[in-house]
Amino acid sequence: MSFPTAAKSALANPQLRHNLARATRTIRARRAAVVSEVADWERQREAGAAIKDAALLDLDRQLERLEAAVQAAGGSVHWAPDAAAATAIIARLVRAAGSTEAIKVKSMASEEIGLDEALAAAGITAHETDLAELIVQLGDDRPSHILVPAIHRNRVEIRDLFEAKLGERGLSPEPRELAAAARRHLRERFLSVGVGISGANFAVAETGAVCLVESEGNGRMCTTLPHTLITLMGIEKVVPRFADLATMLPLLARSATGERMNPYTSLWTGAREDGDGPRDFHLVLLDNGRTDVLADAVGRQSLRCIRCSACLNVCPVYERTGGHAYESTYPGPIGAILSPQLSGMREHASLPAASTLCGACYEVCPVKIDIPAVLVHLRARVVAGGQAPRGEGAAMRALARILLSRRGYEAAQRAARHGELGPGQRLLGPLAAWTVSRELPQAPAQSFRGWWHEHRA
Amino acid sequence: MRVALFITCLNDTFFPATGRATVEVLERVGCTVSFPREQTCCGQMHLNTGYPAEAARLARRQLRALAGAEAIVTPSASCAATMREHYPELVGEAPPVHDLCSFLVSELGVEDVGARFPHSVAYHPTCHSLRSLQLGDAPSRLLGKVREIDLLELAEADSCCGFGGTFAVKNADVSTAMLTDKIGHLLNSGAEVCTAVDNSCLMHIGGGLRRLRAGVRTVHLAEILAAQG
Ligand code: SF4
Repeated sequence: MSFPTAAKSALANPQLRHNLARATRTIRARRAAVVSEVADWERQREAGAAIKDAALLDLDRQLERLEAAVQAAGGSVHWAPDAAAATAIIARLVRAAGSTEAIKVKSMASEEIGLDEALAAAGITAHETDLAELIVQLGDDRPSHILVPAIHRNRVEIRDLFEAKLGERGLSPEPRELAAAARRHLRERFLSVGVGISGANFAVAETGAVCLVESEGNGRMCTTLPHTLITLMGIEKVVPRFADLATMLPLLARSATGERMNPYTSLWTGAREDGDGPRDFHLVLLDNGRTDVLADAVGRQSLRCIRCSACLNVCPVYERTGGHAYESTYPGPIGAILSPQLSGMREHASLPAASTLCGACYEVCPVKIDIPAVLVHLRARVVAGGQAPRGEGAAMRALARILLSRRGYEAAQRAARHGELGPGQRLLGPLAAWTVSRELPQAPAQSFRGWWHEHRA
Repeated sequence: MRVALFITCLNDTFFPATGRATVEVLERVGCTVSFPREQTCCGQMHLNTGYPAEAARLARRQLRALAGAEAIVTPSASCAATMREHYPELVGEAPPVHDLCSFLVSELGVEDVGARFPHSVAYHPTCHSLRSLQLGDAPSRLLGKVREIDLLELAEADSCCGFGGTFAVKNADVSTAMLTDKIGHLLNSGAEVCTAVDNSCLMHIGGGLRRLRAGVRTVHLAEILAAQG
C-alpha cells in the first residue's frame, strides 16, 4: 500500500488522531524546554554530527576495532550481511544456549529483520520486556513510534488489553497501576529465562563497550540477569572513542524524552566470568542495506541517526497519520528517508513524497541530518528509477518546456485565463485531489506582466 | 537603489496584485524597479518533485534572465530560498536575491513603509520564511509599523499549513488534515485577514477558507504594506 492510501485510514480514526496529537504535543514541549537550557546546543549538535561522520567515513576500520575489543573482553562478534543471516545467527545462538525462550528489550533492528517471527518459526518464543513493546506484542500490533511504540494507544485501551491478555482484574488506567501489572507479569520471566536479546544505542570501538539507554530498568534486567546475552545492532551504531558518549548521551536524552539524562544507561564490555552479568556475550553486527546507504553521498547522513524520535514528534505529517501509515520499521521523517534507502529504493517509493519539506525535522535533529535535502534527493532517485506516479514525468517535462520559453509561458498564461491549464490538464487527477478541500485560484484578466507592459514598460 | 523584480510564475499568472503592491512599496522607499521580461520560473517545483535536470535548465535560464541585477527582490520566500540555498549546488551560483521583507528590513533598514490597513490580521509564518531563509522577525517588524492594523495572535503559528507543493495533491488527505487545523486556529484568532510572505501557502489556505465559506480572506503581506486606505 502506498503512504497516501495507508494514511487515509489513519486519518479517519478519531481516537488515534486524539492520542497522537496529545502525546506528540506533550513530548514536543518537554524537549523544547530542556533543549532551551543548553546554551551551546547548536555546538553540541555539530559535535554529535561530527562524531557520527567520523565513524561512518571510517566504518570498516572502526568495526574491526570494535570486534577486536569485544573479543578481547571475552565476547563473540557475528557479522550479518542481511536480515536472513541475522535471524539465523540469533536462532542458532539461542538454541546453542539450550533455550527455547528469550527475553527481549529495545531493538528496532530486531523489528527491521522480523526477528520475533523468525524465532517463532524456529520454535523459540521471544518475550518483549519493554513496557510499550509488551503492549504492542500483547495487542498483536506493530510499533508506531521509535521510542514510544504504543503511542497510538491510550491508557484506557492499555488497561483493557492487560485485563484481556494478562488475566488482570479491576485495573485502573493509572500509569502506575498499569506498570505494576506489567511488572508482575515480567518479573517471572526475568528470573526464569536464560537468554536475553537486546538492541544497542552505541558501541565503542576503542573499548568494546556496548551502551543501552532506557527508562524502565527492564533493559538493565534483560542485559544482566540471563546467562547469555545477544545484542543486535546496526553497523552505524559504532562510535570511535569512549569519550564520544559524553556528547552523544545528553543529545539523545534531551531530544528523545526531554530528560536531562536517561533514567537507565547500561554499559557492558564483553562477557563476565564472575557471575555478575552474562557469562556469554554475542554481538551481532547487522548491515542489511546500510553499506549501500553509505555509498550515497547525500543519503549517507541518514546513518548518523541515533533514533531519538525528535523528528517524529515535530512532524506535522506524523502527528496526523501516526507510524503505521509508513508501513516500515522506521516511521516519520527518518523512516521516510531511511526505509527506502535500506531497501535499495525497491520498497517504500511513496515515502520520500510524504513530507511538505517544512523543515521542522531538520531543526530538531540532534545530529543535524538535513532530512528535507535527503527527501528531495530521494524523490529524484524515485523518478530516475521509474517509480514516479504514471504520467507525472511527461507532465513535468512538458511544463518545463513551456517555462523554458517566454513565448510558450506567455501563451500558457493566456490559456490559464480562459480556464485551460495546458499540460496541467494532463494532471487532471492531481487537480481533482486539490479540489477535494480547496477552491482553485482564478487567473485574473490581466497577468502581472500584462499590467507592467501596459503601464510601466 | 536599483532592484530587479522577480515576480514568480505563480504571482505573475494568478496574483498580479501582489506584484503591483511589491512595486509600489519598493518605489515608495526609494528604489528604482525594473522587470526583466525574460523571467519565467525559478524551478522550485521541478527541483522539489524530483526533476533536478529540468530544474537546472530552468535555473540557468532564470540566471540569464536576471543577469546583471545588483539586487533581485521577490515576494516569495520559498522561491528566494530555492535560488539562494539550492542554486549553488544545482547550477554553481546564487543570484543576489532577497525576499521582499528581509530586503526592506535587513538591506534597506526600513520598517515603516507608510502603510495603513484598518483590519484585524493574523500572520502565518510560512515554513521557508521561518526555517530556510530565516526571515526572523522582519515580517512582524514591518506589520508592527502598519497604522490601524489589529494584529492577532495565531495559535501553533509555526506549524506547516500542509501545502508543500506537489504534496498537496500527492497526499491530499494529509494535506487537508493539516489545513483543517490551520484554519481552526485562524478562525479562533478572530482575524478577518490571514497574511503571509508566500502566495503558494496563501493559495492553499485561502482555497480552503473559500471552500468553507469561512469569511476570512488571505492577503499577501506586500499588499498590506502597499495599502494606504
Ligand atoms: S533523524 Fe535525527 S531527529 Fe530523527 S530520530 Fe534520527 S537522530 Fe532523531
